[in-house]
Amino acid sequence: MSVLSGEVHLRIEELSKEYMIKSKQGYAYQRLPTLENISLEVSRGEFVSIIGPSGCGKSTLFNIISGLEKPDAGKVFLQGRDITGLRGKVAYMLQKDLLLPWRSILDNCILALELQNVTRSKARQQAMDMLRELNLGDFSANYPAQLSGGMRQRVSFVRTMLAGKEVLLLDEPFGALDAYTKSEMHDWLTDSFQKYRPTVLFITHDIEEAILLSDRIYVLTPRPAAIRLQIGVDLPHPRTRDLLVRESFVDIKRVLLKELFN
Amino acid sequence: MRKFMPSLIFFSFLLLLWEYIVKAFQIDKFILPPPSAIFEALINSSLLLLEHSKYTALEAFIGFSLAVFAGMVLAMIISLITAVKKTLYPLVIVSQTVPIMAVAPLLIIWFGYGLLPKVMVVALVCFFPITVSLVEGLEKVDADVIRLLQAMGANKFQVFIKVQLPAALPSLFSGLKISATYSIMAAVIAEWLGASRGLGIYLTRSMHSFQTEQVFAVIIVISGLSLAFVALVEGAGRMLMPWYYKKHSVADQK
Ligand SMILES: Nc1ncnc2c1ncn2[C@@H]1O[C@H](COP(=O)(O)OP(=O)(O)O)[C@@H](O)[C@H]1O
Ligand SMILES: [Mg+2]
Repeated sequence: MSVLSGEVHLRIEELSKEYMIKSKQGYAYQRLPTLENISLEVSRGEFVSIIGPSGCGKSTLFNIISGLEKPDAGKVFLQGRDITGLRGKVAYMLQKDLLLPWRSILDNCILALELQNVTRSKARQQAMDMLRELNLGDFSANYPAQLSGGMRQRVSFVRTMLAGKEVLLLDEPFGALDAYTKSEMHDWLTDSFQKYRPTVLFITHDIEEAILLSDRIYVLTPRPAAIRLQIGVDLPHPRTRDLLVRESFVDIKRVLLKELFN
Repeated sequence: MRKFMPSLIFFSFLLLLWEYIVKAFQIDKFILPPPSAIFEALINSSLLLLEHSKYTALEAFIGFSLAVFAGMVLAMIISLITAVKKTLYPLVIVSQTVPIMAVAPLLIIWFGYGLLPKVMVVALVCFFPITVSLVEGLEKVDADVIRLLQAMGANKFQVFIKVQLPAALPSLFSGLKISATYSIMAAVIAEWLGASRGLGIYLTRSMHSFQTEQVFAVIIVISGLSLAFVALVEGAGRMLMPWYYKKHSVADQK
């Protein structure tokens, strides 16, 4: 069902990054190689997951793609255009929902549009349409503190999608949710993406989540992160939870487990 | 209102006890007047009290407003410019070890007996809590929120306006409330040092003429004014931060 045009949307070319950190005594600096020669591609409308041990450099990779940090070497291309070090080109969503407590749900959603100088009424209209479309319309006037964790994370998604960028970087967006809420979120997310078909790069440490959601998965090595393996997920859609015990699913899971823990 | 009921009942009981003790032990009115005499003084001199209150309230209000303006500007400069933070902020904090009430006579020497020195005393007293609470509010913003905005392409100014300033409001308002509490008191003390009008001067006059019940009446008016001032600030806070009070009301219901 993945109807991909095959056009490369986001391309990362031989990225390397090293941090300098203070040694324990605090006198000298120590090199901390974090990314090593990472290259990957995401096609338009594709959902690609990145899994790797914690602390290997996954968030660092996103920080570079989003322009928050500069790589030591390598380039980031969006539709063939070099965007290395440029901010505001892709939409970035972190694990915490990071909603602004003083803004209503609706006004939280228009944050990125506001920064792009879209008029408030127009931005609100656009946000209201998407909130309604994704069954969140009833909450638009509430404050974030009045919503549950799962609901807040949905709003954070809407805000990310409303940034008007075609590529979404999602850094462990479900890491803080309980198992039940998480699987609800998977269904909701799959539905939403069916509607809007963004290009997604998704970090997770949950192997099953990666298989359920992805078209393709990259496995990273421990720090310094390098690409260890790339695997396509050729399972039929819609992917429901009964897939978890299917042999084709378990085969992929076995490969990933072996790569991650050997 | 209901949640104040126990305090009100207890307070009424204390007043009755006070009245009874003064009568029973025949304590001199000059040492401790009974509540009934204080109440009488309050009613009898209400016009005079109102007249003096006006000046004190005016001094407090102007001084407080000055402090809000100067304190906020300074706090913003401190948090936006690292060099200023390093040089000026420690000085601001150390300056608080200077007792402002001891500086007040200097202000009288320099600026005379008019409105200006009183306003300055109030401003000096109120300024510190405002500056510190705003600086702290601006600094404690979640670094990830700032990164999120930067990733959206926001510049430093936009981060400040859209995130830091609103996030600092609750902290700013707790500083404003402290300052509002102090402001009336600061004006009264400044008046002690020399004034022709105001509650402070009325207080010292009552003291010198051994009208202790008048002294108590003035104390009540001072507390009332301070309370009203804090309530005003609290009201402004509720208007500016409905989200803050809503959140807390939700939490309270749990
Ligand atoms: N700004 C930074 N300065 C120094 N070291 C950093 C910085 N950011 C991340 N690191 C280090 O780089 C490594 C990878 O971090 P990160 O990309 O956050 O890992 P993860 O894969 O868990 O997302 C960690 O060891 C982390 O301590
Ligand atoms: Mg991470």
